[in-house]
Amino acid sequence: QVSELVQFLLVKDQKKIPIKRADMLKNIIREYRDAYSEIVKRADRTLQAVFGLQLVEIDTKRHIYILINNLPRPEGQHLCRDKEKEKMGLLLVILSFIFMKGNSVKDSALWEFLHLLRVYPGKQHSVFGDVRKLVTEEFVRQKYLETTAIPLTDPPEFKYQWGPRAEKETSKKDVLNFVAKMQSKDPTFWASQYSEAEAN
Amino acid sequence: NAVMAAQMTDAHRRFLQVLMSNGITEGSEARKLHQHCCETDKVYYAQDKLDDFISTINSHLQPLFMQIRKGISEDDGTAHYAVVNLAETEVTKMASDYTEIELELFRKTMDLIILSENGFASSTDILNLADQLKTKKMKKKEAEQVLKVFVEDKWLSEKNGEYTLHTRCIIEMEQYILSNYQDVARKCNICHSLAIQSQVCESCGIGMHLPCVRKYFRGQTERRCPKCNEFWSCDTP
Repeated sequence: QVSELVQFLLVKDQKKIPIKRADMLKNIIREYRDAYSEIVKRADRTLQAVFGLQLVEIDTKRHIYILINNLPRPEGQHLCRDKEKEKMGLLLVILSFIFMKGNSVKDSALWEFLHLLRVYPGKQHSVFGDVRKLVTEEFVRQKYLETTAIPLTDPPEFKYQWGPRAEKETSKKDVLNFVAKMQSKDPTFWASQYSEAEAN
Repeated sequence: NAVMAAQMTDAHRRFLQVLMSNGITEGSEARKLHQHCCETDKVYYAQDKLDDFISTINSHLQPLFMQIRKGISEDDGTAHYAVVNLAETEVTKMASDYTEIELELFRKTMDLIILSENGFASSTDILNLADQLKTKKMKKKEAEQVLKVFVEDKWLSEKNGEYTLHTRCIIEMEQYILSNYQDVARKCNICHSLAIQSQVCESCGIGMHLPCVRKYFRGQTERRCPKCNEFWSCDTP
């Protein structure tokens, strides 16, 4: 049972789809419902020992899980577990922008920022394709970004923050170091972000 | 082997993660990756001991019915590595990535390829299949797109408008193919692995991989079939 659950989790994780506890129960455990928590614990132990991945609950109310990469992240390899390096590069830039701007940005501000990088929501990008879809749908679905509607706005505006997967897979410190490197400055240059990152 | 299985280190785990996300990894890339992982995770790097490194991982994958398997490219004889699910009874690895109708097209394409003389199916023949799918008819344009995706994802490879199984597909599905196409699937007379593309002896019908043929006939003045001793009629480029 444990090996079946491990396989199931690996497959779901390949697409970075968050896993619902209901799916785990339905697909695998069937007769062994009582042993559910023990099986999950063992599956997690196996995932960590063999694959360097960890099962983490990101929504304790609705019991939703993701697999995060447990391996130490050497410099320049933030969030990079797969060959989608370019997408992760873009994501890192977005997460940096959000953090440096106080952990929350309006969607208009985000797109304005991306304009500077020649990434436009309306246009197909040669590497990223449909960028609007990538940012507003894919990154949100994968829990890297979280978007909430800003109340009382018409037309409706949204704000973007780090999603639970981003919180678990990287850190404010890593992100600040990335920004500092890009701008050839010391991280302490940004005093408030630096103290926030150190406190994290 | 009475030796206790070596411990998994972060280097092993990193190697495994990359192999899994690559789908298929070529031999020299795998060696570089081995070195990179050992250096990154500060683990002792034993040069040229990639196979031992992989055995350690495999001993831990075994209880999960998974394995890092090495396969040889039928085109040029180079080694490739892929992470394989041993418990698979059908094309389940692909099941999570494609729709029912795409899977049906793939299965039918695989039929054509395995039943063919030379291990290739022409795009015309495959596109004609699209019309006859049970799940739902697929338009030719759509089928062309799907084939492109299969090539991108390394399940099929394309040469001059003809399609054969990619090395990745052969490594991952060898068991499935050998058991489901028992009477038709050919095994190479030299290396005894599944042979999709092969040269066949005109007299006795045995088949061999092209790289295996090249190796076998190297330095031989007369090219004769290893089984029936008749002259080997196929050219070896």
